[in-house]
Amino acid sequence: MNSAASARPGTEAPRTLAEKVWDAHVVSQGENGNPDLIYIDLHLVHEVTSPQAFDGLRVAGRPVRRPDLTIATEDHNTPTLQIDRPIADPTSRIQIETLRKNAAEFGIRIHSLGDKEQGIVHVVGPQLGLTQPGITVVCGDSHTSTHGAFGAMAFGIGTSEVEHVLATQTLPLKPFKTMAINVEGTLRPGVTAKDIILAVIAKIGTGGGQGYVLEYRGSAIRALSMDGRMTICNMSIEAGARAGMVAPDDTTFDYLRGRAHAPEGEDWDAAVEYWRTLPTDEGATFDAEVFIDADALEPFVTWGTNPGQGVSLSDTVPAPDDFEDPHERAAAERALEYMDLEAGTPLKDIKVDAVFMGSCTNSRIEDLRAFASIVRGKQKADGVRVMVVPGSARVRLEAEAEGLDKVFEEFGAEWRFAGCSMCLGMNPDQLAPGERCASTSNRNFEGRQGKGGRTHLVSPLVAAATAIRGTLSSPWDLEQIADPASASETEGAMA
Amino acid sequence: MEKFETVTAIAAPLRRSNVDTDQIIPAQFLKRVTKTGFDDALFFGWRQDPEFVLNQPVFQGAEILITGPDFGTGSSREHAVWALRDFGFKVVISPRFGDIFRGNSGKQGLLAAQVEETDVERLWAAIEAQPGITATVDLVARTVSIGELSVPFGIDDYTRWRLLEGLDDIGLTLRDEDSITEFETRRESWRPRTLPVREPAEVGGQ
Repeated sequence: MNSAASARPGTEAPRTLAEKVWDAHVVSQGENGNPDLIYIDLHLVHEVTSPQAFDGLRVAGRPVRRPDLTIATEDHNTPTLQIDRPIADPTSRIQIETLRKNAAEFGIRIHSLGDKEQGIVHVVGPQLGLTQPGITVVCGDSHTSTHGAFGAMAFGIGTSEVEHVLATQTLPLKPFKTMAINVEGTLRPGVTAKDIILAVIAKIGTGGGQGYVLEYRGSAIRALSMDGRMTICNMSIEAGARAGMVAPDDTTFDYLRGRAHAPEGEDWDAAVEYWRTLPTDEGATFDAEVFIDADALEPFVTWGTNPGQGVSLSDTVPAPDDFEDPHERAAAERALEYMDLEAGTPLKDIKVDAVFMGSCTNSRIEDLRAFASIVRGKQKADGVRVMVVPGSARVRLEAEAEGLDKVFEEFGAEWRFAGCSMCLGMNPDQLAPGERCASTSNRNFEGRQGKGGRTHLVSPLVAAATAIRGTLSSPWDLEQIADPASASETEGAMA
Repeated sequence: MEKFETVTAIAAPLRRSNVDTDQIIPAQFLKRVTKTGFDDALFFGWRQDPEFVLNQPVFQGAEILITGPDFGTGSSREHAVWALRDFGFKVVISPRFGDIFRGNSGKQGLLAAQVEETDVERLWAAIEAQPGITATVDLVARTVSIGELSVPFGIDDYTRWRLLEGLDDIGLTLRDEDSITEFETRRESWRPRTLPVREPAEVGGQ
């Protein structure tokens, strides 16, 4: 065989998924501790981190090497209402206009506001079938780790690196360490992928994954859909890891089959044959291992201002003295002050002003279905603002074809157009100072959703239950959960 | 990136130490979408003062900046190098540089030349005796000279080599372009491509 995938060194020794993908992309090996030159299969581009990269190419008179491996979409700055009007904020408008000009000048495919394939870059790649097992994916965005759900190696890069990939389709990279995150067991009804990843980050901390590529393994991961796996890999960066991966399997192949850019016919067969060789070999070793008991997990929520400050929703707000590490104790003290919370308060007593259902973590069709399954036929709590923002224009169309928009509107939620929206408030979707929000997004940093805003990270099911009750709530607090047939089991599990 | 050998140009003395990147270019200029055109932003605060060295007619067109120790400390912003370069500087001389700034400089073709503090004082004195005088920076010989005065400067061999060859990070990678092309011929044909655009099935049509 004379393919890039098979021409790799050390094929006899057992290797991990990450090592296999790395080995298959080494253009030239670095010597004397210098980085390897790694080939990039797919480069995703958005309006915030790309303008200076394109300008750098212009200054140096360089073309984009592989426009056919590059795709751009508008997401961070796009409004989610009245998208046919000019963008009001001048900085946002200029960034988007600049992306359009650059895409035209350098021959890059772009999906602009109003286009059916426009949306959050990490929702668009998978839904077009561009994100595939065993490829390398980069984007000037830290949540590029999302694409690792397919068994791809995907990570965020800076603007200089964006320019480097545009010009050369490669990146000089130093090897990483590997960490296995083993999640064994069966999730109880009402407990989802988001709860797994929040529990992982609470366990290893926001720096625990630094220098590692995480591989999520075990029966609870295998049982997840692709949308759930994407939610988990998305937040790998919140544990400090540049990338997170899940080995490809039939769930992956079923998701990809028939998508616009998935291989077809004989190509499909060849691809699947290769993809089946990717999972970590028996006997391969990881540099670190973490174990999570899926059976014991409950719906999770963050109480502080970093994604590692999370607890089960049935718990109380911790006290700074609960932390032995002096840095963690100081961080907890600051967080409680910013969040305006008192130690010992049951999480479920905390009232919210807003619920945000969206972001690259949780804005895919399954996320919207999960949210709808809880709020269907109900009314939102008085005084709570509920925003539902689909991840892409296509997700919005799919949801409308299923009548989910009606469910949301009857519930009293705002049904918006696609984009990053209130996850980071670069567009007008922001919290007011002091407002408290249950959010399905990925970062609860101070001011992330708007200056002075307070964020509690939750799953779509917890967001929905919270929107109904007006206080942080688990789906277990409602009579009904995602799968009504298993409601009795849930009660059993609660006891 | 142009190859760098020698520069002979007006040298401007900046008698300040600890010039951090916030002073080189304040944060208000970071929202721009370009990588060029930052000349107006360089030392924005200080340039409001008509007496500031770069506002003096005798130093117009200076390409060499001679500063006190710890130049370019603070934030990692690459904009600091862009602003110096856009203003016209090809060389910054200091007894000590911020690490990230020095790294960014080498990548953008700006020579950060490290000169002993006593020698910096001698260079300043030579300029102040004859404002507007030209200096010559010779990267091959690693010297800075003004008239009869010549002092050595330090730079690591790797950065010096890259500057002499005119190689930025991308240029460096492209020296190995044959390997990239060869890799591309081995890539499986079924790996994903964004072009030509393939239309997805209609919603609900699967």
